[in-house]
Amino acid sequence: MMRFLLLFSRQGRLRLQKWYTAISEREKKKIIREMTTMVLARQPRTCNFLQWKDLKIVYKRYASLYFCLGVEHEENELLALEIIHRYVELLDKYFGNVCELDIIFNFEKAYFILDEFLMGGEIQETSKQIVNRAIESSDMLQEDDHSEWYEVELFG
Amino acid sequence: MKELMVRAIYCEMLGYGVSFSYIHAIKLAQQGNVLEKRVGVFSVILLHDTNLIEVCMALTVVSQMFPKDMIPAILPLVEEKLNHPKEIIRRKAVLALYKFYLIAPNQVQHIHNKFRKALCDKDPGVMSASLHIYLQLIQENPEGYKDLAPSFVTILKQVVGGKLPMDFNYHSVPAPWLQIHLLRILSLLGKNDQSTSEIMYEILDESLRRAEMNHNITYEDTFLLKAAKCIGNFVLSPKINLKYLGLKALTYVVQQDPKLALQHQMTIIECLDHSDLIIKRETLELLFRITNDQNVTVIVEKMLDFLRISEDDHTTIDLVGKVAELAEKYPYKYNEWFIDTMNTVFSLGGDLLQPDIPNSFLKLLSEGDVEEDKKLRLFAVNSYISLLQGDSSKLPQRFLQVICWVLGEYSHLREDLEPGVVVRLLAKLLDMKSSSSETKCWVLMAMTKLCPGGAALALVHDVSETYSSSLDTMLRQRAQELQILSQDSELQAKVLPRSASMEPVEVDSSLSFLDGFVSEALAAGAAPYKPPHQRQEELSRSKALNLEPYGLSLPISISSCSITDRQSPTLLSISSGLSGDSTDFSHKGSRTGYNSTALKLDGVKRLWGRDGYLAQKEQTEEAPRIEAASAVRSADQLGDNNALNSQTPNPTPSPECDQEKQQLASSLFVGLASQSTVSSGSAEQITDPLVSPSDGSDNLLYKSLLDSLDLDVSPPEQTAGLVAPNGSCDAEEEPADADVKEIETPPVRDERVTAEASPHDDPDGSKDPSLASHLPAELSALSHSKVTLLFSKQNLDVSACHVQKEDSVVLVVFISNCSDSFLHQIRLQVDSEELEVRHATENLKISSFSLIVSCRALRLSTEEYGAMWLAFSHDTKQNLTLIHDGRDPLAATLDVLKRKLQLHVVEIIGVEAIVACCLQQDQPCLMHCRMHAGMLAVWLRSPVPDLPDCLLYCCQRALQEL
Repeated sequence: MMRFLLLFSRQGRLRLQKWYTAISEREKKKIIREMTTMVLARQPRTCNFLQWKDLKIVYKRYASLYFCLGVEHEENELLALEIIHRYVELLDKYFGNVCELDIIFNFEKAYFILDEFLMGGEIQETSKQIVNRAIESSDMLQEDDHSEWYEVELFG
Repeated sequence: MKELMVRAIYCEMLGYGVSFSYIHAIKLAQQGNVLEKRVGVFSVILLHDTNLIEVCMALTVVSQMFPKDMIPAILPLVEEKLNHPKEIIRRKAVLALYKFYLIAPNQVQHIHNKFRKALCDKDPGVMSASLHIYLQLIQENPEGYKDLAPSFVTILKQVVGGKLPMDFNYHSVPAPWLQIHLLRILSLLGKNDQSTSEIMYEILDESLRRAEMNHNITYEDTFLLKAAKCIGNFVLSPKINLKYLGLKALTYVVQQDPKLALQHQMTIIECLDHSDLIIKRETLELLFRITNDQNVTVIVEKMLDFLRISEDDHTTIDLVGKVAELAEKYPYKYNEWFIDTMNTVFSLGGDLLQPDIPNSFLKLLSEGDVEEDKKLRLFAVNSYISLLQGDSSKLPQRFLQVICWVLGEYSHLREDLEPGVVVRLLAKLLDMKSSSSETKCWVLMAMTKLCPGGAALALVHDVSETYSSSLDTMLRQRAQELQILSQDSELQAKVLPRSASMEPVEVDSSLSFLDGFVSEALAAGAAPYKPPHQRQEELSRSKALNLEPYGLSLPISISSCSITDRQSPTLLSISSGLSGDSTDFSHKGSRTGYNSTALKLDGVKRLWGRDGYLAQKEQTEEAPRIEAASAVRSADQLGDNNALNSQTPNPTPSPECDQEKQQLASSLFVGLASQSTVSSGSAEQITDPLVSPSDGSDNLLYKSLLDSLDLDVSPPEQTAGLVAPNGSCDAEEEPADADVKEIETPPVRDERVTAEASPHDDPDGSKDPSLASHLPAELSALSHSKVTLLFSKQNLDVSACHVQKEDSVVLVVFISNCSDSFLHQIRLQVDSEELEVRHATENLKISSFSLIVSCRALRLSTEEYGAMWLAFSHDTKQNLTLIHDGRDPLAATLDVLKRKLQLHVVEIIGVEAIVACCLQQDQPCLMHCRMHAGMLAVWLRSPVPDLPDCLLYCCQRALQEL
């Protein structure tokens, strides 16, 4: 199973984090720090897998953003790499040519998509279409809420 | 924040939408226990809700974090959701239950049959979610789920067959995650169970074949040989990630059978020099697995090289451990090498070493009393003295401690060495600022043992004076010992008898000699001694009582006793875990301990010896031998019987620059190969002649080996050789003089055919065009494949081609004499085992290779096509890559297929095309192609079950070969 997913920029700024096991804040900070230093220190054209303690770290760089996934030891690395790629594809489909700013400003969407794609550290849905449908319907709900809210303000 | 959350819940209850606050709820929940429960309440509210999205959210939250004690409360609700009409909710509910199962397995026990229902769900999402649970369940108890194996196989079959909706495809692979999951489950189920494995065999094979095309396979499956072949592809892959994975997989496989690594020697060597440290490390890991007593030196050297450049602590510890383990496995082989290696290990590993490494090193040194050991010790002493004479300030503490112990114990072995010199060297260590007090203790111990006389005595005296006033009690104790013992040589001889180091030392663990002291103390009114845990208990029972008994019992505790009563050598060792003696006491005390170590070493050696490999080899290599080389074997025998040249041709003389690597390879793999040359792997020998036609110019023989491996991806009964699919096969031998003699080979094993060759040679026999012109008249009109050179010996070339006749495929074998000497007689032996098999099975299994051979155009009109299309039941869908060469990609792609596979293009309509072919008159296959999103979506239909899949595979290969 997956333990965590981190997104950070080339400068080491954290953009998104998702933990699938309960870890204390301090521990998280420590892991994040180690991950960023370790991954950022990698040379280009080296392989995307690292060993870190008892975990396998699979990372991939998309433009200026690093996706870093920590999986347990019995997991398959290539598959983890494909998970990252599928997530990027999902983001890309939703935002339309996704960039770092999209994730910064619409971080909640990125989380929603992630929640639809992965759940509790396991793959939940691999079909792009189904994930997107779920996201769209939740967007609809939000918009409805907004309008209702608006009405309440207006008339209430 | 908490307050706000409560209000949000309230708002929710009032019916307002507060979806914006969910994210905060999640955040909050990660912070504390009480808050988690709040989320629990929150989600209970939501789960009662009817709104689809909100239920989804709640389920997500539930699976994300949920305390154990809340599960019973919420379980029925989640269970209920399993029957929800919406698949998204069912899916999430299943995953949530999986989480529950992980947290508290016994609480979810009763709903196992519901999992089964989920497995059969019509939505693939729900089904794949339930696989998570099953993977877990089966991991714990593979026996209990054997009955499900066929259904898993069916699912996998469907997935691989492309029955899932298109949007599950990932880069044209149908649902890879799902596939891997299934494979994993199957491998768990199939372990140690032949019958179940057989069910899976076919499908595994199928998925493996496809996965290979897409570089996306995992090393899960239990079928070693096939896995090994795929791995070969990986390791050779130019993509770095795949390389890494291949190495890893190879490491796994090699544990089962070290022979398999042989095929990849050169690649492994290349990986060793790779610029990426991670790759390098994996390679070393692999080498570690194939170490034996012949190649250990080289491998260890490589590992040490790596250690020198690595910076990561974690890696260093790991690797140092491994080196030490290896070195200890084979210490007697090369004394000097062993000591040197250990020295490097100690100095490189520094203080990161696990403490058991120096301990076991010292154990090794001290045990046994044979002549060998003496040499070992002497060498150790020599090397350490020279080390100390150099700059010793850089050496790590652990290493210094080891040096001290060895010198103290064994420096007397060197006759010409004055103890005074050693003592002086040791004293130098004491003066160093960097030495820790622990090291100083060791130094003092060593000095005590050395029992110096003469000039050094003054020095010893000084030292003990200095340290007997030290603040560190351990150090002070040692100094005291040193002082007393150095003054009284008689006592010294008694306490540290030199010759006694071989005898077991009796340890009085009941401390009976203290009885007098204790009874005296008791008589004087002291409280009886209580062990620490008892004291602790009492302390916790009544906190008021703590001081009195504790204070009084202290002076009787072991450690303080040993300081006061130093006369006994046994006590000395008990009291100080730090004492160097403790290491040898521990095993000298019992001879059984020694014996068992020796036994272990023996066993290990035998396991890694040649015999072991050979036996294994026989079992596992047998299969591919038969599989890969049926065609070749006959050819081989042919060659042998000809007795023209008994030596197998060396297909590729390796260039000069590879020489060095070859050497390295031979040194690395020396123990593995049954003969100790590089190219001695039996698999290579078998396949060399086969593959040389396809890839003769390539100088890496492994590459060509792999080409051939593509052919035997299919299971043994579908072996690909040069095989005609339907029974009657005409094998035509054409001797060198173009005197054509037709020989019908009926399906009989080992048929011997003797062909008389007239003494007349063919001047340019080996040229293709001329060979083709030698085709018998009745065949020359029919379409035939290119004549390929199978292999050539000194003056004989063997080539082959196939010709498609109306009702069969004829295999024509040309044997041409390319020397200018005369041939008087050629004896041919055709081993037609394969042909017989083919005849018997009557096309039930269609090997992909035979398909290429026998596939022919089926000329149809569009109307006929339409009618046939509806009539056929077996179909397969897949995406193929298009060919872009400037023209219309569809036409170009079809052209290639037409040329390579003899398909008949019935009609092209816009972006769609219909194509037909047949295997025989009554075995047609129809193909419908459509250009879609840069891919060619093909849909194949046929009345023959396996035909669409095989044809598809052939198409894939044909397009890939471009």
